[in-house]
Amino acid sequence: MSVLVYTESENGKFKKNAFEVASYASEVAKQLGTTVTAISVNTEENEGLGSYGVSKVLNVSDDKLKAFNAKAYARAIAQAATKEGSQVIIVSSSTDCKFLAPILAAKLQAGYAPNVVAAPEGTSPFTVKRTAFSNKGFAHTQINTDVKVIGVSNNAFGAHENSVTASVETFAPSLEDGDFSVKSVEADKAVGTVTIADADIVVSGGRGLKGPENWGMVEELAKVLGAATACSKPVSDMGWRPHGEHVGQTGKPVASNLYIAIGISGAIQHLAGISASKVKVVINTDPEAPFFKAADYGIVGDAFEVVPQLTEKLKEFKAQNS
Amino acid sequence: MKILVCISNVPDTTSKINFADGDTKFDTNGVQFVINPNDEFGLTRAMWFKEKQGATVHVATVGEASVEPTMRKALAIGADEAIRVNAVPTDGFFVAQQLAQVVKDGGYDLVIGGRESIDYNGGMVPGILATLLDMNFVNTCINLEVDGNNATATREIDGGKEKITTTLPLVVGGQKGLVQESDLRIPNMRGIMMARQKKLNVVEPVEAINATTDAKFDKPAPKGAVKLVDNVDDLVNLLHTEAKVI
Ligand SMILES: Cc1cc2nc3c(=O)[nH]c(=O)nc-3n(C[C@H](O)[C@H](O)[C@H](O)COP(=O)(O)OP(=O)(O)OC[C@H]3O[C@@H](n4cnc5c(N)ncnc54)[C@H](O)[C@@H]3O)c2cc1C
Ligand SMILES: Nc1ncnc2c1ncn2[C@@H]1O[C@H](COP(=O)(O)O)[C@@H](O)[C@H]1O
Repeated sequence: MSVLVYTESENGKFKKNAFEVASYASEVAKQLGTTVTAISVNTEENEGLGSYGVSKVLNVSDDKLKAFNAKAYARAIAQAATKEGSQVIIVSSSTDCKFLAPILAAKLQAGYAPNVVAAPEGTSPFTVKRTAFSNKGFAHTQINTDVKVIGVSNNAFGAHENSVTASVETFAPSLEDGDFSVKSVEADKAVGTVTIADADIVVSGGRGLKGPENWGMVEELAKVLGAATACSKPVSDMGWRPHGEHVGQTGKPVASNLYIAIGISGAIQHLAGISASKVKVVINTDPEAPFFKAADYGIVGDAFEVVPQLTEKLKEFKAQNS
Repeated sequence: MKILVCISNVPDTTSKINFADGDTKFDTNGVQFVINPNDEFGLTRAMWFKEKQGATVHVATVGEASVEPTMRKALAIGADEAIRVNAVPTDGFFVAQQLAQVVKDGGYDLVIGGRESIDYNGGMVPGILATLLDMNFVNTCINLEVDGNNATATREIDGGKEKITTTLPLVVGGQKGLVQESDLRIPNMRGIMMARQKKLNVVEPVEAINATTDAKFDKPAPKGAVKLVDNVDDLVNLLHTEAKVI
């Protein structure tokens, strides 16, 4: 009966979103009068999940699952759900979770609600609020099936401490060869930089920056803030920046606490993908740029002057406040 | 190779979003509908397979007759045939079950869908479809090559990309990258004329579950005016003391 949450990790350590989804699961469990069980794969320090309301951890330790594999991971989670009799399963909105969630939903004949931004509005019928129309609207979605899969939007619910004692059990799902018929050959992932999905702060550049050679100052600013870098669509179409940095309606969604847009006009397709961010700052030479209507703070000015100044100022600020 | 491209009919990316009937429905008034951008990348890649590897390309949509102009556009771009499942696409699980029947009946080797529809943002139809049919599945696919029964794909991951090998039959959830932006095609006159001759088959839905219901919609609260500052000192100060984000 417990609420099951899949807590993601990387190199054995829980990702930040693991604590957010655990907190969300804990809220759902409270509403349903039950407890939270987490399933983790190849992780250490599982007891730590207790701080976020998880009372039992099913830890899978299996070399075959070292590289993420959506089908195999979905099978493991489905088996954990069956074992625990879980009717509600919580996952994050990471790229991996968005890959495995539909597979999991199909396996369990479960309704799946993605991009959920708040605690359930009711449990009978089970109703959640989620973003739709690329952040231009919200849908209040009822899940009609016995088993429900919920994808929690990044940074929407937050991590909340709620300490219980977590017991840790080893869990060995029975995986089949067919689960590994989609094979990861190699992953090419920037090391030591923050990803857009995990970032609290995203610094994004547009065509106003004139050329790829000018991204040094964007990277510099991002570094001071511990931020991820992103860009508008034409910037990645022209090959100034990698495709993975393209954000917006047809790119990656951004739901950071702070989004800084430099030399980006604020086209509707761009805004659609980033408007879930809490605070938006725009730096643009044109006071008429549509982005100013969507932003919280703005500087009308030349990025080539403002950005280096901002970086310097933030360096001073960080030095004083650390 | 027989390819099915799943097309979702969505409001144009510039559409203003409104709701009707006591906020229970999307208001289609004055809205222009287009091929879901993620599917357009997939369709264009399918055209490449048609031209370079002799593939047959069909497109399928679950929707009412009002989606036919979007399907004609896909035919004008070069798909050989279209299939419309005559049902309102209320829920991703429902749509996937309908498409599963289409795939079974048509014996497709490769099914190309999009990472998500830009309207309801479900991001679930291709994954559910693949699982119902026990086909291989690659999501957020940004490159796809097929050689006989083997497929090589690249998938976008958080912070990078991952190279994948697998086999047909395969379902992919595609997006920008599958082809370049500049490869997208605008239907020309000849394509539009030819599309009129092509088959647009209408089939009735199979019995299926509706796993979710969107009961109500609303819009984000309107935003307050931007605070303009003229120097970085003030900006840093505001971000720290007022917005509390640094
Ligand atoms: C189907 C479709 C999907 C799309 N999806 C997306 C999407 O997902 N994401 C996306 O971003 N776009 C998307 N677009 C494109 C979108 O419509 C815009 O074309 C794009 O966002 C514009 O990018 P930009 O703001 O970088 O460039 P521009 O519109 O050229 O704006 C550049 C800005 O930089 C400013 N500027 C110039 N010089 C300086 C300077 N020295 N200092 C400061 N500012 C300066 C200018 O005033 C201007 O406002 C999509 C379009 C379509 C048709
Ligand atoms: N009504 C539909 N008819 C055909 N294909 C669809 C439909 N809805 C979604 N799809 C496909 O599934 C993908 C993901 O859609 P969704 O799960 O709705 O976000 C889309 O990009 C399409 O390829």
